[in-house]
Amino acid sequence: MAQAKITFADIGQTVNVPAGTRIIEISEKIGAGIIYGCREGDCGTCMMHVEEGWHNLTEPSVLEEKVLRENMAGRHDRLACQAQILGDCTIQPA
Amino acid sequence: MNAVNDAVEILPDVHWIGAFDPTLRSFDIILRTANGTTYNAYLVRGSDGVAVIDTVKAEFADEFFTRLESVADYAEIRVIVLNHLEPDHSGALPELMRRAPQARLYISNRAPAMLKALLKPADDAQTLEYQTVATGDTVSLGSRTLRFLHTPFLHWPDTQCTYLVEDAILFSGDVFGCHHCDRRLFNDRCGDFRFAFDYYYAHIMRPFKTHVMSALALIEPLPLKLIAPTHGPILRDRPRRALARYRELSSDSLAERIDNAAPSLIIFYMSCYGNTAQMAEAIQIGVEENSNVQVSLYDLEGGEIAPFVDLIETANALVFGSPTINGDAVKPIWDLLSSLAVIDLKGKLGAAFGSYGWTGEAVRMIEDRLRGLKLRVPVAGLRIKLTPTEAELLACQEFGRALAAALVNGERGRVIDFADLG
Repeated sequence: MAQAKITFADIGQTVNVPAGTRIIEISEKIGAGIIYGCREGDCGTCMMHVEEGWHNLTEPSVLEEKVLRENMAGRHDRLACQAQILGDCTIQPA
Repeated sequence: MNAVNDAVEILPDVHWIGAFDPTLRSFDIILRTANGTTYNAYLVRGSDGVAVIDTVKAEFADEFFTRLESVADYAEIRVIVLNHLEPDHSGALPELMRRAPQARLYISNRAPAMLKALLKPADDAQTLEYQTVATGDTVSLGSRTLRFLHTPFLHWPDTQCTYLVEDAILFSGDVFGCHHCDRRLFNDRCGDFRFAFDYYYAHIMRPFKTHVMSALALIEPLPLKLIAPTHGPILRDRPRRALARYRELSSDSLAERIDNAAPSLIIFYMSCYGNTAQMAEAIQIGVEENSNVQVSLYDLEGGEIAPFVDLIETANALVFGSPTINGDAVKPIWDLLSSLAVIDLKGKLGAAFGSYGWTGEAVRMIEDRLRGLKLRVPVAGLRIKLTPTEAELLACQEFGRALAAALVNGERGRVIDFADLG
């Protein structure tokens, strides 16, 4: 299975993951600072900023786009409970 | 002399217009209060209009509106600020917006989704009018200026503070607040409420210490004449003491006292016949072999929850041992594992072990709880039937070695493999 490296910039930690893994499956277990709310893409609490590798995450769904707009997301902000990792990237809490 | 329900002047043209709730004894289920609370709201008048900062819980709306009407007309209100959208502060908002339809609502840029959930517009076509603001944004009232500071997760994603620039007043929302109802209102006149201040911090702000530190970095450089929170006394006398106390409470006091920087592993256990205790001691021996880990061993029968929660907050790995009684782990284990909502558990390792007589479900149940708390469980739990043999105690030592290795290998800076996250 294809692998990718995701780096959590706020704690300087990198994890090797199978492609397709959601960031929510990793970030709490390694102590990254992203805080989750509903865990299903509705509340926007887990907004994160993608520092590198923006194109290495799955495209946001229509629902995620809507929630990002409602939460005044900046360019390259995503929801950690929704984004799946396809290639190397670096993220941090928004 | 003011009437009982008049607004209370803080400074000329700056008033408290909140409400007293002296009979409340339980707040949001999780907090107790021995003398109720207050819902603080404020009114600021400038040369170019009036601002209302926060409202009150819905059932106290009449008290709030009576106080508001004692110092302003609804037609004068140009600005409504909600520092935090929880219902105890937004309860009177819909009625306030109805009475002052010309006023513009200012909320943090993380609040719109909550506002919609709170006010529940009938359909998407019915738009809510509001302006989102971020740190540094300002609103002018002519002679007075409101400046916003986004302080997320103190204690919700939307929380912000509003700073009245010309008078150096911080309307801090729930930050620096407490559940303490005292009609004398100002901290230099109230009774001693320090315990309520610390208790409120411990239950509301403690899980978000990193965010407290970020907020303090924004607030500390400001000139501060007074802090006006949404609950409890207004901090007029030496307001910076509240900042210093938050900094102290948010600092890692236990870690500062431990000289070595080795990651900490704590074993908590309960034992009926000494078998799980033997396992705990053998696991400790295994962990001790790794000089890079500091290990501690505690029998839950001899301790109380609160200091153990303090220890857990600063530990890096938590290992729980329980016998199985009637298909379950024993209650002291669950008491401890259900007391951790007030601390940040992110990034910690967890593990479970125990001796059992005939079923042995406790270990798997504890592991499930640890995973539910989002701990990594990198080493499969260890179960032993009744009395451990020499070989089984060696397996316990090996279990301890494996945990210590997982802890050291998972240290920050090293690349972790997804399969090891457990």
